[in-house]
Amino acid sequence: MRRFTILALAVAVGLATAVSPFASSRPDGLERVAADQAFSDDGRLATLQEDAPAPDYALPGIGDGRLATGLAGLAGTLLVFGSGYGVAVVARRRRSPA
Amino acid sequence: MHIPDGFLANEVALACAVPAAICVGVGIRRADVELDERRVPLLGVTAAFIFAAQMLNFPVAGGTSGHLLGATLAAILLGPWLACLVLAVVLTVQAFVFADGGLTALGANVLNMGVIGALLVGGLTTAARSVAPKATLAISAVGAWLAVMAGAGAASLELAFSGTVPAETVVPTMLGVHALIGVGEAVVTVAAVSAVLLTRPDLIHRPHRPLARPVLAGAR
Repeated sequence: MRRFTILALAVAVGLATAVSPFASSRPDGLERVAADQAFSDDGRLATLQEDAPAPDYALPGIGDGRLATGLAGLAGTLLVFGSGYGVAVVARRRRSPA
Repeated sequence: MHIPDGFLANEVALACAVPAAICVGVGIRRADVELDERRVPLLGVTAAFIFAAQMLNFPVAGGTSGHLLGATLAAILLGPWLACLVLAVVLTVQAFVFADGGLTALGANVLNMGVIGALLVGGLTTAARSVAPKATLAISAVGAWLAVMAGAGAASLELAFSGTVPAETVVPTMLGVHALIGVGEAVVTVAAVSAVLLTRPDLIHRPHRPLARPVLAGAR
């Protein structure tokens, strides 16, 4: 399992770091429909989100947009892995053994 | 398909958050039974892969792009309930760290991009196991497309019920563009499931595993 985990995580990190900066920047399906049907402007950030660490998948303070996206992808993938792993461990421990 | 805050009426957001929270709660409760110790890292890896793949927008027709949602992939690997949990983890990190998808809309996003697809694919898997027990790839493809369409349909109705946009315009346009995005979802899901089938076929979730049986692997 350790080998699979490391391999699959490496694939995810590779995609998020090296490929995501070259992903399409066109609006996604919902964004397109919102723009076409003139309700994009209804969308807003929650107050908490105004201080989000990396809004729009770009690490702040980095001039190069692709680098900022790649690093955000790297950090995000590791953070999501850790969160998922942590949730799984906690959820399994929550219930005392029968 | 991340709905930001401001698109949904509060009542609609709440009406989505309740079933989403219940399904995620079921996922947490089922983690004990469905996730033997050996498979614990799989939940983290699946979430990480879905997060990464969601960053990879691919162009579709008309100046639009799409990206993987991932509920089908998660449901094939972990079963429908843990898939709800996986998507909740991904979408929560996206909302709080990357300001993608609203906070009051988080329940709706978990419902549209996680719960609906996961339960739909879980149903397909259960229905197929007697007629075609080895149809994992076919379920991955069909389930992925249907999950995207069902999620897009649900998002459209939530927007319509919120009074943001009339149903008769938002439903056909959302379904139209997501019919194409769903093909991308099917391609990526089949590729990822094939990779797991080739390397670790034992990691594919088996719905017929009796849930009441104590999990020996967890006993050490």
